[in-house]
Amino acid sequence: MTEQIVSPTLSVKGLCRYFGTRAAAHDVNLELRRGEVLGLLGPNGAGKTTIMRMLTGNLAPSAGVIKICGVDLLDKPREAKSHIGYLPEIPPLYRQLTVGEYLRLAARLHHVAKAKIEAALDEVVQRCGLGNTRERLIGLLSKGYQQRVGIAQALIHGPDVIILDEPTVGLDPNQMRDIRSLIRELGAKHSVILSTHILSEVEAVCDRVHILHGGRTVFSDSVNELKQKGASLEEIFMRYTMNIECPGTSLTP
Amino acid sequence: MIAIARKELKILFSSPLAWVILALMQCVLTWIFLAHLDIFLKIQPQLVKIANPPGATEFIIAPLFAMAAVVLLMISPLLTARLIAGERRSHTLTFLVSAPISMADIVLGKFLGLMFFFSVIIALVVALSISLLAGGSMDVGLLLGNVAGLVLLCACFAALGLYISTLSAQPATAGAGTLGILLGLWVIDNVADDNKDSIMRNFSLLAHYEGFNRGVIDTFDLVYFALFIVIFLTLSVRRLDRERISG
Repeated sequence: MTEQIVSPTLSVKGLCRYFGTRAAAHDVNLELRRGEVLGLLGPNGAGKTTIMRMLTGNLAPSAGVIKICGVDLLDKPREAKSHIGYLPEIPPLYRQLTVGEYLRLAARLHHVAKAKIEAALDEVVQRCGLGNTRERLIGLLSKGYQQRVGIAQALIHGPDVIILDEPTVGLDPNQMRDIRSLIRELGAKHSVILSTHILSEVEAVCDRVHILHGGRTVFSDSVNELKQKGASLEEIFMRYTMNIECPGTSLTP
Repeated sequence: MIAIARKELKILFSSPLAWVILALMQCVLTWIFLAHLDIFLKIQPQLVKIANPPGATEFIIAPLFAMAAVVLLMISPLLTARLIAGERRSHTLTFLVSAPISMADIVLGKFLGLMFFFSVIIALVVALSISLLAGGSMDVGLLLGNVAGLVLLCACFAALGLYISTLSAQPATAGAGTLGILLGLWVIDNVADDNKDSIMRNFSLLAHYEGFNRGVIDTFDLVYFALFIVIFLTLSVRRLDRERISG
């Protein structure tokens, strides 16, 4: 990977979140630069969604600092949020609206200038392959198209950081391939975080991988290095997440 | 804020609910309007004999607005229930919370959207009243007092319903809760009827509307309505904020 001097688009330090006494996230550190795709892996309940909700301002952390493009998310939530595009696990779609209406609403909510909304809409529709569905009601679209609308909604304001929670779940293999190539394309200009259960997906689209277990980071490395070492991601995943007691060590890249 | 208000209206008018409510409201109120008009015409010759007789506005329009207030009390839970609870159920609340807008923007946007819909209903009632001009003059001041009172009353219904809706993920629960509380606030009025100075009476929404209905605008009523609206909107914002913290 080429060394970049640019400041990180996303920097997370010592992020913790407790629900009662249960730690959903404990001392998580992340750093992401422009042009990087980070894959969040972990068994169910490892804290992937909790972390993503905290990064997007949907959940307040118990401790820790989140900076998006240098702006503190907790101090200036509105400014920080304008740099984020978020696709939750279940795409947040209004079934009663048409694709065009919904995406225009997303643009307005993200303060896209009025004059630029149509251009942004055209671009995102073309990028997500929604060409002939603009006038159709979202509720009548297939699951694959709904997922694309969900991604389009996260992209319309040209965010620096794109956060996708399991973007390929429930899609057929062709749609998965389409979405993966879209993510790779996005990774060239933006920073992308995606969570997934599909290990091959991480190997195919991510630059870095971050494995969580019980709310803690148990492994973090660049995918290229893993390939050079000849280590299989599946083996690593099993080794770090099968243990009953999770090792406190975290390898930093 | 405006974007959310527009979205609310678009979704509301894309469902049959809005149209059914508008049609039913108009049916019921026109019926009452015509019934009162009928009685008025019958007894008008006798009224003329009294000194300072009640005019058409007092005799027809005031009862019409009083009835409209009761009907609006019944239907407003249907409209407020889905405001936040519906967003929760369809997982779209995340969409609004993730956007670079404050919780207050979300709450006010929804409140304004609903108020616009209530204004449409009230405009229809006003149109009904104005039709009386075809057959004579009317007391415009009394009509305006009634309109102001009804707008404020609707704003109270909307603010309360919005708050109850933030407490639940089930629109039906939120609707039932709102209806229960609104009916309770109305019944207080009857319970306290024996004693006109009872403190309980001060809590009744419709009791505060009575003054407007008679054309008397009392600052106490104005302050009551303003406080009611502000308190429940603030509680809604706080409730949504707390949800972010408690998870």
